[in-house]
Amino acid sequence: MGLRKFVDKIKPTFSEGGKLGFLHSTFEGFETFLYVPNTTTKRGAHVRDCNDIKRVMIVVVLALIPTMLVGMYNVGYQHGITAILPAFWYGFVETLPTIIVSYVTGLAIEFAFAQKRKHEINEGFLVTGLLIPLVMPVTVPLWIVALSTAFAVIIGKEVFGGTGMNVFNPALLARAFAFFAYTPQMSGEAVWYADGKTGATALEQLASTGEMQWSVMDAFIGLIPGSLGETSTAAILLGAVILLFTGVASWRIMLSVFLGGLAFGYLFEFVGVADTAIDGIPAYYHLLVGGFAFGAVFMATDPVTSAQTNTGKWIYGFMVGALAVLIRVINPAYPEGMMLSILFMNALAPLIDYFVVERNIARRKKLIKNVK
Amino acid sequence: MKLSKNFTNPLAANNPVIVQILGICSALAVTVKLEPALVMGLSVTFVCAFSNLIMSLLRNGLPSRIRIIVQLVVIATLVIVVDQVLRAYMYDVSKQLSVYVGLIITNCIVMGRVEAFALGNKPWDSFVDGLANGLGYAFILVLVAFFRELFGSGTLFGFDVLARFGYTNNALMLFPPMALIIIGCIIWVHRSINKDLQEK
Repeated sequence: MGLRKFVDKIKPTFSEGGKLGFLHSTFEGFETFLYVPNTTTKRGAHVRDCNDIKRVMIVVVLALIPTMLVGMYNVGYQHGITAILPAFWYGFVETLPTIIVSYVTGLAIEFAFAQKRKHEINEGFLVTGLLIPLVMPVTVPLWIVALSTAFAVIIGKEVFGGTGMNVFNPALLARAFAFFAYTPQMSGEAVWYADGKTGATALEQLASTGEMQWSVMDAFIGLIPGSLGETSTAAILLGAVILLFTGVASWRIMLSVFLGGLAFGYLFEFVGVADTAIDGIPAYYHLLVGGFAFGAVFMATDPVTSAQTNTGKWIYGFMVGALAVLIRVINPAYPEGMMLSILFMNALAPLIDYFVVERNIARRKKLIKNVK
Repeated sequence: MKLSKNFTNPLAANNPVIVQILGICSALAVTVKLEPALVMGLSVTFVCAFSNLIMSLLRNGLPSRIRIIVQLVVIATLVIVVDQVLRAYMYDVSKQLSVYVGLIITNCIVMGRVEAFALGNKPWDSFVDGLANGLGYAFILVLVAFFRELFGSGTLFGFDVLARFGYTNNALMLFPPMALIIIGCIIWVHRSINKDLQEK
């Protein structure tokens, strides 16, 4: 318990009026990181639940770990190393800088804003900081990671008031920023998925040729070229089980995203309206390649930016899946439709909720009238 | 109102773009490069100043029920003059600005100043007011275009500035959404300096 004593000893220095009182929120951030706070809410509503933001966020991080590990192994595998440990080690070394840069940039900005506004430091960035490296190409230049993270945290989150107030998913905003600002580095033939080896990701090859070069099993396990997060559908499903079992993510959204994607996938498979190469591929391919599964499990279910009402969640999820497939098939310029469709539906989520609530009010008004 | 305050007020404390949030559409459209942004800003300044002057001269003999149509005639005439001058002497810029010169007619700042100021004030005051509002608009346009051209193309007025340092162009800067974000950031800075503008 030496650490507890040490924390208690330096606490007055950082408290209001102390010598380093201006670093109050930084200190508190680290203290609550180490120990469960022993203070209670003084006024307002009391919710007696051990499930605070910290625990929710750490569950999401845990759910992301299988995807990250398989993704790291895959980086080595794509580089030509087949033995498990060396391949994993190669991928680990390759991707660690991206993860560090994303965390350092984002946390520095979060701390600075919390300090300036005298807020507590929120844990929201724990997840965002891990999501960003997972959705970027593996050896994306580090300055792009830093710039996109800074953009996402400042413009996407802090200007709206910080964690819990953002309209758009910050990690996707970071990717969207990088994608539109530095398109050549982010997509197409020149994207590196392993050191020195360039080529299009599985989804982009599928989009340009319409033929799957990998077996369905490889795509499912995640032995296809692509960013860390998008390759392994199997590991993503494992993460989904963790999220659903702990009740952190909404099963309604997850299920409806897959339903929407499959519905439109089958529509294009059997009807075929566009003359792009990807039109007419088996519908389930859409779920296996690219960021579809990753987006459905980890990004569309973000509790802050998704719809809040239960009916709204079904509509929101279905539209995310359907739009993602629609963009992939109709517009070959944007192979990764998942990013755009989630961001678009993020913007529409409050509107969906509004209409769901209004309809409920109207329905109940009618009930009252009938009773009278 | 004192003349000097009449002139400085629209430049900062009551800027038409970042305080009244007027003329945003053209601010998004013409600020990709500095040169068209500057020309656009000066054109609006010209139209704004002279429409204010003319309407102020007409204000006493003008029946109130036909004032809108008279304003439109005056503003449209001035815009056509600007458009023809640009086509004659600055054809390239005129082509880049395309429809946006013609759309100065619908710029909320021009009509707003005529309605709100020129119809109730003396000609010289009105002229200064129009000039200052146009310059306030031009200033924001040039500021936005400065960031967009510098970070989007690595140049300023077409001269290579950043590319020689191995700068990679940020293509997002060339898209209109980024202009909106830059204007938002300018408003952010402006409001944190002028505390009285912050809503409770």
